[in-house]
Amino acid sequence: MKNKEVLFGLYDDEEILLKAVKEARDHHLDIMDVFSPFPVHGLDPILGLSESRLHQAGFVYGMIGTLTAFLFMTWVFTRDWPIIFGGKPYWSVPAFIPITFELTVLFASIGMVVTYYAVNGQGPGVTNPVLDDRITDDKFCIAFDVSESSSETVETYKNFFSQTSASEVRTKTI
Amino acid sequence: MSAIVSPIREPLITGHKDYHQITEDICAPSERTPSLSWVVAFMISVAFLSLGMFCILWTIWFGIGTWNLNRTIGWGWDITNFVWWIGIGHAGTLISAILLLFRQKWRTGVNRAAEAMTIFAVLCAALFPGIHVGRMWVVFYFFPYPNTRGPLWVNFNSPLLWDLFAISTYFTVSLLFWYTGLVPDFATLRDRATGMRKKLYNFLSFGWTGAAKHWLRFESLSLVLAGLATPLVLSVHTIVSFDFATSVIPGWHTTIFPPYFVAGAIFSGFAMVLTLMVITRKILKLEDYITVEHIESMNKVILLTGTIVGVAYLTELFIAWYSGYIYEQFAFLNRVQGIYWWSYVGMMSCNVLSPQLFWSRKLRRNITVTFFMSIFVNIGMWFERFVIIPTTLARDYLPSSWSYYSPTWVEIGIFLGTLGIFFTLYLAFTRVAPVVAIAEVKSILKTAGDQYTGKKAHHGHEGHQTGVKHEQH
Repeated sequence: MKNKEVLFGLYDDEEILLKAVKEARDHHLDIMDVFSPFPVHGLDPILGLSESRLHQAGFVYGMIGTLTAFLFMTWVFTRDWPIIFGGKPYWSVPAFIPITFELTVLFASIGMVVTYYAVNGQGPGVTNPVLDDRITDDKFCIAFDVSESSSETVETYKNFFSQTSASEVRTKTI
Repeated sequence: MSAIVSPIREPLITGHKDYHQITEDICAPSERTPSLSWVVAFMISVAFLSLGMFCILWTIWFGIGTWNLNRTIGWGWDITNFVWWIGIGHAGTLISAILLLFRQKWRTGVNRAAEAMTIFAVLCAALFPGIHVGRMWVVFYFFPYPNTRGPLWVNFNSPLLWDLFAISTYFTVSLLFWYTGLVPDFATLRDRATGMRKKLYNFLSFGWTGAAKHWLRFESLSLVLAGLATPLVLSVHTIVSFDFATSVIPGWHTTIFPPYFVAGAIFSGFAMVLTLMVITRKILKLEDYITVEHIESMNKVILLTGTIVGVAYLTELFIAWYSGYIYEQFAFLNRVQGIYWWSYVGMMSCNVLSPQLFWSRKLRRNITVTFFMSIFVNIGMWFERFVIIPTTLARDYLPSSWSYYSPTWVEIGIFLGTLGIFFTLYLAFTRVAPVVAIAEVKSILKTAGDQYTGKKAHHGHEGHQTGVKHEQH
């Protein structure tokens, strides 16, 4: 993959960051990404990030779990090896409820967590470029991709950082 | 979602912290060399763990006859310990999932350690069903796998099998939930570390960068996992209670068991969280993050659930009398004044009477009282399970089968061994991972830090006074 040239500014507080991101949106600056040490609320609508669809995926995984458990137990006790337990019918649905519920939760959870790491591009042993070590500590960061930008655009970005009182502005190739 | 922060809310982070200071304080315990007290505690824990392992091997080598179980009393300390440990696990999920749904901010100070406790407690619990079957090497018969016996499947209608599914699911989901929350904090440690530690945390942090989109998904995932974990945690102890409630033994065959077990589980779990927190905050110097306010909140839960458990005990007695069924009446009379009367007294005094002290605010906020109370509750809840299991079995329908049970050194050794496993894992955890959720504590700083809210807040600081609208989750 081609290396990216990233111009980024660090901010000291999430409120300054929020104001800066609003400013960037109003001037139609093309933000590559925003990084923060904790979730900053109110940031997503400004960045135009829509709500995550993870929960919809979770519903689908859950339904797969429900069907797996219920249909499997049904098959075992009505087709494969019917046994009478305690004089109950072969297909004793109430007794299937606990395991059906547990597998629903299990499939939904595992499925969602795996999907989450997959779409985030994260996982054991994955190393993603870190712009600055203090982003996971106390700095809030706005980053622009300047690999193919003209010097005027870079100048606009730099002006933007100084106007929105970024505490540091740097470039890094990632 | 935004909310008004009431000015009478006590701050949850004291000491005028800023974001960097939070990172420093919480990362410190895992970055400095372990203190002498940690080393001593770890060695004691490992000693107990080794004793437990020895007793388990002894059991496997010589068979289940090394325990004092007999034809009448088939479940003794093994299942008592199993239910005790699984109950303790429940507080972690309650704190991390149910309190997340209720938007209780004080959970952020204690959720990480409580979730760790859940995982370790469930591990200890899962040990007992494994070894109590005797022939541990065929324990895989529990699982429905295609086999050459037909295939003959497991009995999906049995509560014991439901239990297997419930506990494996519970363990898996708790682990995923806990680890997902740990990833951003491992990234914090990674970005502070050098050398080998950097490599280790780089691996553990899964390549976390803190991008806005990742945080968005992180929060979405946490919320849905909390929504799933909430009914799950209620189902787990309900199913554990089914092990007893679906039988036809007087004293076990009651419909009150599921809610009573769940309340008891939360009760005992909070007691264990308090035991651990009171020590952890002191030794790791985290008093600014796990404040007296946190402890008071947990003590309120102790008071509430202890009282629920008390109501359940009395309801059981009343219903036994009211049923007009002599075997049921005898079972309860036997619990109160039979051969095991002392365990009933222990249960009642530790679980029902002692938590009533917490009606007093002064006692709720007293660390020493809290610590001793948490130990009492742990003991009381162990007695509760003991009362339910051997007491009932010792006096069944046939007086000719009546017997008495007391544990052998092997059974006691295994119990002490699980305590060893639990504390060894917990102590190791305090060295490797941040004990308090760093990112979550930072996210409540502006609404719960003592410079922003409470009596000592700086007034006139624009946008930060108490009572001002804050964005929060």
